[in-house]
Amino acid sequence: MKQNSLKGWFKSGAPGVWISGGAVSIAVIMTIGLLAVIAVRGLGHFWPADIVQANYGIPGQANHVVVGEVVQKEEVPRERLKSAGLPVPDEGPEFMTRELIKVGNRDLNGNDFTWIVGEWLTDQTTPAELMAVERREWGNFYGYLVNVKEDGKVVAEGAAAWPELQARVERVNKLAAQLKTLEKTEIGAINAGLERLRLHARKLELEGKLDAAAQADMETERAELNARYKDVEARLGDLHAQFNRDSMTARDANGKEVEIGIGKVVHAYQPNAMSSLTKVNFYFKKVWEFLSDDPREANTEGGIFPAIFGTVMMTLIMAMIVTPFGVLAAVYLREYARQGPVTRLIRIAVNNLAGVPAIVYGVFGLGFFVYVLGGSLDRLFFPEALPAPTFGTPGLLWASLTLALLAVPVVIVATEEGLARIPRTVREGSLALGATKAETLWKIVLPMASPAMMTGMILAVARAAGEVAPLMLVGVVKLAPSLPVDGNYPYLHLDQKIMHLGFHIYDVGFQSPNVEAARPLVYATALLLVLVIALLNLSAVAIRNHLREKYKALDS
Amino acid sequence: MNDLANSNMTTNPPKRIDFNTPDLQRKRRIRALKDRLTRWYVLIGGLAVLGAITLIFFFLAYVVLPLFQGASLTAEKAVAPAWMQDAGKPLMFSLEEQNQVGMRVSDKGQALFFNIEDGAELSRVNLPIPAGVSVSSIGKDQPGHPLVAVGLSNGQALVFRHTYKVSYPDGKKTITPAVEYPYGETPIVLNEQGGALEHVSLNATDSALVVAGSTGSQLHVLSLSREENMMTGEVTSETNRIDLPQMTEPVKAIFIDPRQQWLYVVNGRAQADVFSLREKSLNGRYKLLEDGEAEVTASAQLVGGISLIFGDSKGGLAQWFMARDPDGEQRLKLIRNFQMGTTPIVEITAEERRKGFVALDASGKLGVFHSTAHRTLLVEPVVEGSGIFGLSPRANRIIVEAGGKLQPLLLDNPHPEVSWSALWSKVWYENYDEPKYVWQSTAANTDFEPKLSLSPLTFGTLKAAFYAMLLAAPLAVAAAIYTAYFMAPGMRRKVKPVIELMEAMPTVILGFFAGLFLAPYVEGHLPGIFSLLMLVPIGILVAGFAWSRLPESLRLRVPDGWESAILIPVILFVGWLSLYMSPYMETWFFGGDMRLWISHDLGITYDQRNALVVGLAMGFAVIPNIYSIAEDAVFSVPRSLTLGSLALGATAWQTMTRVVILTASPGIFSALMIGMGRAVGETMIVLMATGNTPVMEMNLFEGLRTLAANVAVEMPESEVGGSHYRVLFLSALVLLLFTFVMNTLAELIRQRLRKKYSSL
Repeated sequence: MKQNSLKGWFKSGAPGVWISGGAVSIAVIMTIGLLAVIAVRGLGHFWPADIVQANYGIPGQANHVVVGEVVQKEEVPRERLKSAGLPVPDEGPEFMTRELIKVGNRDLNGNDFTWIVGEWLTDQTTPAELMAVERREWGNFYGYLVNVKEDGKVVAEGAAAWPELQARVERVNKLAAQLKTLEKTEIGAINAGLERLRLHARKLELEGKLDAAAQADMETERAELNARYKDVEARLGDLHAQFNRDSMTARDANGKEVEIGIGKVVHAYQPNAMSSLTKVNFYFKKVWEFLSDDPREANTEGGIFPAIFGTVMMTLIMAMIVTPFGVLAAVYLREYARQGPVTRLIRIAVNNLAGVPAIVYGVFGLGFFVYVLGGSLDRLFFPEALPAPTFGTPGLLWASLTLALLAVPVVIVATEEGLARIPRTVREGSLALGATKAETLWKIVLPMASPAMMTGMILAVARAAGEVAPLMLVGVVKLAPSLPVDGNYPYLHLDQKIMHLGFHIYDVGFQSPNVEAARPLVYATALLLVLVIALLNLSAVAIRNHLREKYKALDS
Repeated sequence: MNDLANSNMTTNPPKRIDFNTPDLQRKRRIRALKDRLTRWYVLIGGLAVLGAITLIFFFLAYVVLPLFQGASLTAEKAVAPAWMQDAGKPLMFSLEEQNQVGMRVSDKGQALFFNIEDGAELSRVNLPIPAGVSVSSIGKDQPGHPLVAVGLSNGQALVFRHTYKVSYPDGKKTITPAVEYPYGETPIVLNEQGGALEHVSLNATDSALVVAGSTGSQLHVLSLSREENMMTGEVTSETNRIDLPQMTEPVKAIFIDPRQQWLYVVNGRAQADVFSLREKSLNGRYKLLEDGEAEVTASAQLVGGISLIFGDSKGGLAQWFMARDPDGEQRLKLIRNFQMGTTPIVEITAEERRKGFVALDASGKLGVFHSTAHRTLLVEPVVEGSGIFGLSPRANRIIVEAGGKLQPLLLDNPHPEVSWSALWSKVWYENYDEPKYVWQSTAANTDFEPKLSLSPLTFGTLKAAFYAMLLAAPLAVAAAIYTAYFMAPGMRRKVKPVIELMEAMPTVILGFFAGLFLAPYVEGHLPGIFSLLMLVPIGILVAGFAWSRLPESLRLRVPDGWESAILIPVILFVGWLSLYMSPYMETWFFGGDMRLWISHDLGITYDQRNALVVGLAMGFAVIPNIYSIAEDAVFSVPRSLTLGSLALGATAWQTMTRVVILTASPGIFSALMIGMGRAVGETMIVLMATGNTPVMEMNLFEGLRTLAANVAVEMPESEVGGSHYRVLFLSALVLLLFTFVMNTLAELIRQRLRKKYSSL
């Protein structure tokens, strides 16, 4: 083909090929770009960034010292800064840099973040003694350590203060773990016991069996629990006193001295003085904390463990419900139902249900599962708790059921596909040897289709793990007071509300009061969710390919 | 084998295996039983799962259905209590919240409280009116306010309030009715000449009470303002007479606007004069009926006091309220008409919680209506001849007195505010100047008019889907064609999983990315985004042409079907260039800030989270859906067709456009439909990437609210079983039906296509 002129090139149809080829490239770039942005932003959050100290002078105002981490830098037209009301001089280059700096010290400044104009910064340094203190309240503190105190008396000062502080932070963190165990496990158990007693009493009362003997029994039990509570309370008070024993004095950027209780400190570190290796170490420690800790400060800090746990719990229960039922329906459709127009229609309908908006399932779940089913369950089995609903309110069980309904078409379609791939000859061979249909099904067909079922289940789990819209209606909340599994009878609390990774992203990113501070955490959570789902999908694809290879041999 | 069998037969017949030993028989029976059990198990289980799936549809329909059912009326046994003999002519009935106690005010100046169930008298209060004076008229405050004014035959008016105290003596619920006089027990002098007040009306706010009365065509309006001294707690009251222009025709009814801005006076045959109380002037004189023979026979104010309902002598009812003309003047306007029967309307009473009303006509027929929904819910005869009735605060109890009997009625009217026209047509709401499509389901105040038009939500849904498809359709289809037809198999194996991975991407991540990253980024780089959309195709073409000019030795190193790989750096470069140039373009062409330029110079509203962002994010979400199905369709076009076309001398592109696309077009179409279905039902992306404002603007830079996002936002706080709850279910049902129909059509098209290919 001659392509020596532009016209000829156009005539040859090559532009069409290139344009359509470009579409593929764009799609690939978009996918990888999205993943890259999420990965970079999500992973970057845990890196101990250098703390910068500089003089900031807005023209016409007195200089002040700014200390913090540079989060973002961008080039902005001068005009836009001017229209934002900044005293930008008329003369100068067309663009100026605008930097977003995390200055922390929310208790002193009111804001964690501040936008500044890069051109007005002078004397930028990164002093090694600058420390970042991650606190349980009020976000980060940036500044210099002055001294460490015990019961208000200075125990270390100057250079000795830093190692002393580290040792004491370590101690406080150990105490915090003890406190948490006491509060969650012990007090939780006592409260659960008291609540059970109350419900029991109410139940007896409803049944008209609340006599003096039962009352006395319960009274002794209650007294015992209360005594235990007194004991735990005393221990708690002790621990709290220990916990709040130490404090430190720190100086902020502008020389103001602040007293910070070491009980409030999670970490104290000097990023500017850290070597790369220490930083890597610190980084992985932070990642682990993110995965294993409870959230703090309205979910904008700390970890996401309850969300991970809730997501896993919910998908597990969902998988346990959806797999047997989905397989059952698929076996019926493929092996038992008469193949005719009706079956075809059912198959199309099932296929299409996979395309029905998830929110519709959520509405159904709320209306049917929660209010109709849950309401009836409450009236039948938990009248003692009424009017407080037990199952008549969104919760773990209903979330799992709703998702199971949403994902059942996926399992049906995948299993059916697996069943269809099993050659007739295999089935006929089994039947010819005298096996009944049921035996053929149990011993031949289902084992051969098991990888397909696995694929279906994994795809269902992947779909369920990423779905958020229906969950908002049927049991996922911003902050669940406790995990759905604990040491109190009945150990697995199907009626409890849970936290969820996807909803966490929505909630922290869009409903939280301090979006700027929460943003890196949202990216990290998103990255985790993407990784989990990509992993699930890739394994489904791998199993499917393996399956295809396996039956290729049978086909020929 | 045959030989062996034969030889065995002839020589020594072997011991045949007995298959019928009891043991084996039992085993066979058990096996058969197991087989049957499995069959039943699978049958029941499979059908149950399929049934559960269809349950969704039926359950949604079951919840939605009550919306469109009308009201029903159950008559209870009529009673004729003894006290009626000497109770005088009834002027007004009122029922309290719990539907246990009724109040009847008679022309004798007596408020009588009775039990609604059996009509038994509970207590009787003689209003403190001067001796020898009778009650000539009665006026109620806005629906829901228990303040009543009685006009007396001596030109005075007395204001009282009826209250009901609930107490539990001996664990039994008891309701004690009482009458209070918040403005004192001495009547207020309205008509100084002393003529009987034929009509009276009042309106009370926290600071002022306005009472109006009329004698013939004379109008008297008094305003009593009360001020409480913060320091001493002393109450000082001030009475002002408001002088208004006089009427010429006899007055029929008076109404006061709750903001005490307007005074409506119905007079003559069918005329309404509207006075401004603030300017003390006539706003206008309005003809209420076109029909010259009909006249206004009854009237009432709806809850909130904005709308007036007029009933006429021919059974017609009309809603009017003040709305702004194009010239900025407030005018009384006819909003909508209802028709009850042919006999004159005698009484209209408004509901206290909703914008509904009940009317009674001279033939004893009762009609139940709703203004916003423009619905006639029920018209039923309840008594013989004309009467007077009272409606309970919850609008579920009615008591009619006619012919010396009390007729209690139960009214079941759960969802009057929803109708086809309220959901889908333009509706003229109170405080609006023209009919509009509005979604505003809840508000803080109780006399709020719910605006439940699904139109803006449907519009938003389609708008979001449209912009998403605008991006996704060309990209996905082009990419599918290229992957299926031109791409080298080695590359195809790598590219397909990547794009399919996109499909599995949780939408909450796309939504959050769009809302937190894309929206601010797009806002800051508007020129860059637009030039990106234009420059990328140009860049691709230029790169393609440049490639064709390269020396052959270089060109042949890259085999056919790897164009995409070559283009990736090109597109990255073009993208980087346009975004890098964005601030410069902004400075050169748009005065430094394109966003400001759009809203100032073009006058277009700009929201940060707008349809452009949604289009980009949701387009991204639907690309893989469309792509994988379209790719399938193109790929399964029989090779014989393309090879034949190529053999006849067509170029690859000609074969593509004239043969492959044409053959695969139904498949591509069904891919687009499935993509559309997904875009319509998508929730999280829209929820996070738009401002969720239910507006009806096609503007690319404005937000929107979709049906799905609306359900997600409002469902958790809607009252179970209420109209709002059911309307949300309706929108879910609409979504379900829409996507189901779309997907089914797409599936049918695909199956037909598959059949056609298999014959080729």
